[in-house]
Amino acid sequence: MIPTELQTIYNKVKNNERLSFEDGIVLYNSNELLTIGKMADMVRKRKNGRRTYFAMNQHINPTNVCRNSCLFCAYYRKDGEEGAYRMSLDTIRKKVRARIEEGIKEIHIVGGLDDKLPYEYYLDVLRAVREIRPDVNIKAYTAVEIAYLSERSGKTWDLVLDDLIAVGLQAMPGGGAEIFSERVKRKLFMDKLSSQDWIKIHHIAHKKGIRTNATMLYGHIETLEERVEHLVLLREAQDVSGGFLTFIPLAFHPENTKMHKLPRATGFDDLKNIAISRLLLDNFDHIKAYWVMMGTKTAQIALAFGADDIDGSVVEERIYHMAGSDSAQMMTKSQMRALISECGLQPVERDALYNEVKEC
Amino acid sequence: MANNLAVIQEKVLNNTRLSFDEGLILFEETGLLELGSLANHVRRQKHPEPMVTYIIDRNINYTNFCVAKCDFCAFYADLGSGEGYILSKAEIASKIEETLKLGGTQILMQGGLHPKLKIDYFEDLFRYIRSAFPTIRIHSLSPAEISYIAKISGLSLEETLRRLKEAGLASIPGGGAEILVDEVRKKLNAYKTKSEEWLHVMEMAQKMDMKTTATMMFGHVESHADRLEHLIKVRELQDKTGGFTAFIPWTYQPENTKLGGDKTTAYDYLKTLAISRIMLDNVPNVQVSWVTMGAKIAQIALQFGGNDFGSLMIEENVVAAAGIHFRMSLNEIKRIIKDAGYAPHQRDMEYNLLD
Repeated sequence: MIPTELQTIYNKVKNNERLSFEDGIVLYNSNELLTIGKMADMVRKRKNGRRTYFAMNQHINPTNVCRNSCLFCAYYRKDGEEGAYRMSLDTIRKKVRARIEEGIKEIHIVGGLDDKLPYEYYLDVLRAVREIRPDVNIKAYTAVEIAYLSERSGKTWDLVLDDLIAVGLQAMPGGGAEIFSERVKRKLFMDKLSSQDWIKIHHIAHKKGIRTNATMLYGHIETLEERVEHLVLLREAQDVSGGFLTFIPLAFHPENTKMHKLPRATGFDDLKNIAISRLLLDNFDHIKAYWVMMGTKTAQIALAFGADDIDGSVVEERIYHMAGSDSAQMMTKSQMRALISECGLQPVERDALYNEVKEC
Repeated sequence: MANNLAVIQEKVLNNTRLSFDEGLILFEETGLLELGSLANHVRRQKHPEPMVTYIIDRNINYTNFCVAKCDFCAFYADLGSGEGYILSKAEIASKIEETLKLGGTQILMQGGLHPKLKIDYFEDLFRYIRSAFPTIRIHSLSPAEISYIAKISGLSLEETLRRLKEAGLASIPGGGAEILVDEVRKKLNAYKTKSEEWLHVMEMAQKMDMKTTATMMFGHVESHADRLEHLIKVRELQDKTGGFTAFIPWTYQPENTKLGGDKTTAYDYLKTLAISRIMLDNVPNVQVSWVTMGAKIAQIALQFGGNDFGSLMIEENVVAAAGIHFRMSLNEIKRIIKDAGYAPHQRDMEYNLLD
């Protein structure tokens, strides 16, 4: 029952062969969603069996003041503009303490490039978290923020990372990759880091033993070729270092952005991006269906289309919700377990580094 | 068990009907993607052309007063309470005018069971609509309403249907089927019609050449076996009459209801939709429900047996009362159908293409 257009690719996947750029294009152009899913599920089972990860985690977005003005972003504000905020270290301490009773294993910290905050602040945020929660995994700052901190401090990327590691950094999120295309960058995120630099910073982190994630922002003005190019570049980067843990495809949410007239990514597109990234990124261990972005319904279905992770409990998320995301703010452990078990999969609680958290 | 599944797969590929027990294996031992590909096979046999249809119509809920008071319903108001309404003829007329302006071809009038709204009320209303708006199709009154009208008007069911048809009723929506198992209906406090009665109204209407649809509301207190019993009852009646144009499974929406509980999942929805498509080998069309599942899952459902996107629904009140507010524009419906690789086509209730 394999459609002819996908037969060659199907054979390759079955034989564990690497797919080419052209295969990626064929997959994106195909509407045979179930066959694409079936292949992705085969790879997922090979890598992760029925194990499906979730985390008890907390998001902290310390500031939304940002020097850049990316067209796809609904989160940033200019200093003094209505809705702009920056959290004091006390506020951050309060947020961490507020959930101290919960078994949180991962704290995810990303924010804007805020010219009014000193370099030390970015280090102090990590110190504050570490002080209150000595055991939690701190996953902080995208490559874009690392490059910015380097510029602010006059230190190299290398030294900035050393400073952050000294105050508790253990892993880095995969944001800010957007789409690895000069064409799109010029139109949507001019001021941001180039794709080469994004990869270089991740490679430096990997050398220091910091595991990182990778993302791709899809569903705006990018072409299918640009998506495949992005995935192939990430695969090459992973061949070099092996330091990437998880890939997370992120759908562009148009509400409240300068591109609000664009439609939202469809369910097909969400599932295709999960499945095709699972197929192309043969050297990544994990593919995440980030429920805050795609909604719990589609995220659950994505578990049959190659994803082996649904992120975590979250509780307070600002970036997608300012772009009109109507997903809830949190999921409980039992909700996440139930969602996974219903699909005939095995829920595994993890920390940021994919160590299994044993039930006490 | 893998063996059982292989036998079932073989049967589906050869267009052989599945039994109750085989249906249970689909529910309890079959993965989502396998179900999807079997359902997609059946859908492609029935609709080889890559096309997805939709209808433009409007739900007009002429009253929300209702004596049935089902525990799963968030829409009804008690008789005499301040929260109830009955729409006037003028209000209904202006809703129809709007519907026509938006390219609508049909009205789906459904409402509560109100002891004062007897056969003459509906005859008068339908005759008025027929003369004022001769092009609009009156696809209205679920079996529960029809048997209630018969009862309070002191008429036989046959006489009631004959008179409604004469007055302009063209076809009957499949609502109120819930789960066609009386034990389940008792638990839902859905005494408005027993399963046999629902099926009986449909059979009689179909024998009078009125087409109907069938629904199933699931994800509350019923078991997988109950869902299968429902599907098989619909399949058996369809064998006799061939009068169902479509099957529409949708999920129970617990907010603001007495029954409460949790919403069922997208996984359960897609699975049940696929099994419906596989089991109902004699029903031509299966509708996806964007109203309850949202646009993303509705689109994905087109790979799990659905070949129809349902209605643009210029107005919908019943699901909205249970806290769900998905809205879609016509352009959005068309975009989503095309994005999944199908050509969108507007249809009427009998699935004639209109464009």
